[in-house]
Amino acid sequence: MTDLVLAWLTVFPGYTVPLLLASLGLVISERAGVLNLCTEGLMAVGAMTGALMALAGYDPLLAVACGALAGAALSLVFGVATVVFRADHTLAGLATVALGLGITGVVGRPYVQKPFDGLPRLSDTVWGADLPRLVGQQNILLPLTVLLLLAVWGWLFRTHSGLRLRAVGEDPAAADVVGIDIQLTQLGAVLASGVLAGLAGAYLSVAAAHVWVEGMVAGRGWVAVAIVIFAGWRPWGVLLGAGLFGGAEAAMLRLQTLGLDFPIYLGAMLPYALTLLVFCIACARRRGENAGPAALGKAYLRQDKH
Amino acid sequence: MTQGATRSQTPSGPQKKAGQAPALLLRDIDKAFDGKTALSGASFRLDWGEVHALVGENGAGKSTIMNVATGVYAPDHGEVIVDGRDVPLRSPVDAVAAGIGMVHQHFRLVGRFTVAENVALALGGIGRRIGIGKAAQLVKRKSAELGFALDPEARVERISVAEQQRAEIIKVLLLGAGIMILDEPTAVLTQQEAEALLSMARRLAQAGHAVVLITHKLQEVADHCDRITVMAQGRTVLDAAPMAQTSLAQVTRKAFGEVKEQEPVQPGTLGGELLRLENLRVRHGAVTLDGLNLSLRAGEILGIAGVGGNGQSELVACLNGLLRPLDGKIFLADEDLTAASPAKRRKAGLRVVPADRFDSALVRDMTLSENLALTGLESGRFGPWWGLSRRSMKRNAENSLKEFNVLGGGPETRASVLSGGNAQKVLLARELAAGTRVVVAHSPVRGLDLRSARAVLNLLVASARQGAACLLISEDLDEILRMCGSAAVLNRGRLSPPLSGADLNPARLGELMVGHA
Ligand SMILES: Nc1ncnc2c1ncn2[C@@H]1O[C@H](COP(=O)(O)OP(=O)(O)OP(=O)(O)O)[C@@H](O)[C@H]1O
Ligand SMILES: [Mg+2]
Repeated sequence: MTDLVLAWLTVFPGYTVPLLLASLGLVISERAGVLNLCTEGLMAVGAMTGALMALAGYDPLLAVACGALAGAALSLVFGVATVVFRADHTLAGLATVALGLGITGVVGRPYVQKPFDGLPRLSDTVWGADLPRLVGQQNILLPLTVLLLLAVWGWLFRTHSGLRLRAVGEDPAAADVVGIDIQLTQLGAVLASGVLAGLAGAYLSVAAAHVWVEGMVAGRGWVAVAIVIFAGWRPWGVLLGAGLFGGAEAAMLRLQTLGLDFPIYLGAMLPYALTLLVFCIACARRRGENAGPAALGKAYLRQDKH
Repeated sequence: MTQGATRSQTPSGPQKKAGQAPALLLRDIDKAFDGKTALSGASFRLDWGEVHALVGENGAGKSTIMNVATGVYAPDHGEVIVDGRDVPLRSPVDAVAAGIGMVHQHFRLVGRFTVAENVALALGGIGRRIGIGKAAQLVKRKSAELGFALDPEARVERISVAEQQRAEIIKVLLLGAGIMILDEPTAVLTQQEAEALLSMARRLAQAGHAVVLITHKLQEVADHCDRITVMAQGRTVLDAAPMAQTSLAQVTRKAFGEVKEQEPVQPGTLGGELLRLENLRVRHGAVTLDGLNLSLRAGEILGIAGVGGNGQSELVACLNGLLRPLDGKIFLADEDLTAASPAKRRKAGLRVVPADRFDSALVRDMTLSENLALTGLESGRFGPWWGLSRRSMKRNAENSLKEFNVLGGGPETRASVLSGGNAQKVLLARELAAGTRVVVAHSPVRGLDLRSARAVLNLLVASARQGAACLLISEDLDEILRMCGSAAVLNRGRLSPPLSGADLNPARLGELMVGHA
């Protein structure tokens, strides 16, 4: 039993980190009022770009960085559509997902199922040889993610620019009269979410699987969207939500490898069922209180009659 | 803009003397929205140390010209001169930097933020980055200086409208505004709160600020303002006239031309009982209606006075069918409507005009003909379910708009474009259509100009004369006294017995409104 728990604890961060990164990005973008549904597509592009770079023989860390950049590039398309041209956020988001999945399908086809070295475990690096097993099994992106979580939280709630970003998402008209550039802020927030989603995607291929398979994001982008709502758009809630979903997924796979007779479809369904359950609980508990940034998904034009 | 040294007694502000360059000079301003003219050649002149009234009917362009002065709208033509200097106002921050602050008709505060956070946000906008704690201190000091209480740690969405307004004023002052524009500040306040606000405006002016007061209440203008500017249809028709040499009759004539007198409300003969509330109990949030009893007869206009927030909205929602009472009964001419759906109530002839015209009343983004047809669809007047007749909808709208004298839009205009008064008339046109037996009107003339207000009230009188029963819920005592033969007071969820005849006087009503009974 302890073995089982220990094994679960070792793989648990691996499942949590990508969800956490993607959800953090969403928190930033949605706190600025941009309803962001394109994470699934951004993650796919990040995963594929990372894998391609790694296959081309570049340093895995560089590959991860390229994945993040690819996510940012695609998010820019979404950002320009919604923020500059004021397209409907939901439609633009869904279109971006389709675009991202399409790109990865076409560009990535020749590289499917080709394993590569990827990001080493901490214990495999020169300076990490005698770390305890639990830590040694992780990779460098885990501490980075923890730092990012702290940074995002501190930025949103302890700095002036964080206050300004939240003001844009709550009440753009009020933000406008105090001289905040609404479009620039929102575009920046979308880009940040793109970087984080791309990073999450690259984690899946370069750090976890060490291979690129089409469809490897497997709905995690959507789970991230759910986590953010569950978390009430708060970074610490996101940590809790990502841990919950990541933990469940890890447990599922552990149980399967143990040879427990478990219908595989039931296992595959679990994240979604859990999403639904968590939603119901979150909604029942909150009753509409704290229902997200007030101007989420609404286009703002100064001359509109309020 | 230097901060005054006399910090302790009077509000600090720019120390300007009369005879200097005007604080604000707007010349020959044109502004059109999507080709529709809002201002044409309007001008405005504001001096230091005065409270300057800006009046005019709904849609005259008062808010628009002040939004030009604060950089929210760029004028199509004209110049803005602040304190003798020609400053380009490209955005609201430019105006803040030039020392102009505005408290908008709809406040510009972030509801989820605390007062202090809002202040920190605003100060950050002009490059003064301070922490939330420091902002809280500033708020405390400023509110003490102005002589009112305000909790800097309170979340804006949780405090009363009057407190939100104070937060706005403090924010504007902390931004260093020497020019303070107040857009219909008293429309949302009770009488006492309004008095406090206006005397604060006076003190600011005495300390050297320049204050603009936009209002529809001419009595406030007479009592508190030094000079007056009147606008009509996008033009300035009376330019900075000293109040001492201007009569209110003159102002009214300039603003509206001829205004129909309020039609006399004759007691008339009352018919049988139409609406009866029996021991109605409602709980909603912090408000509890506690055993309301009320009886309303055909042809009667019964007033319900009281300070807002004492259960008025809950009573309206309850009559509307949007809120289920815990206990008690609602009868319309012996038909029990307590559990009836809104549709059924409407069919029975119960019509409700809520306080917010766009909240559970008109649909902002639909045209007037659609809005007007919305409640008559079932009747089949606008075609069967499979074939909506645009033609008959349009004809219906044309008739209603003409009958209720709605200006500023035709059947194909979107409701959101109308001025407040005209939107209210559209709503009344819909609700007072055939089959109305009981009308419940909640603050029906809030924010309306004199002429629209009279027109709306006259519509209610007319429907009472035709045998409808009217319930007029209002915070404005004058309105109640003018309109109603009898009136009750709603205070902390309890309704007093109705007063009438000699008992129906301001003193008695006021007593009941603040009493702890
Ligand atoms: N952002 C906008 N877009 C389109 N039309 C507008 C806009 N703002 C104002 N208008 C129109 O310009 C005219 C002047 O409006 P404004 O709000 O200045 O009137 P007002 O004098 O402040 O009226 P009220 O007393 O009702 O506040 C109106 O016809 C209004 O419909
Ligand atoms: Mg206005």
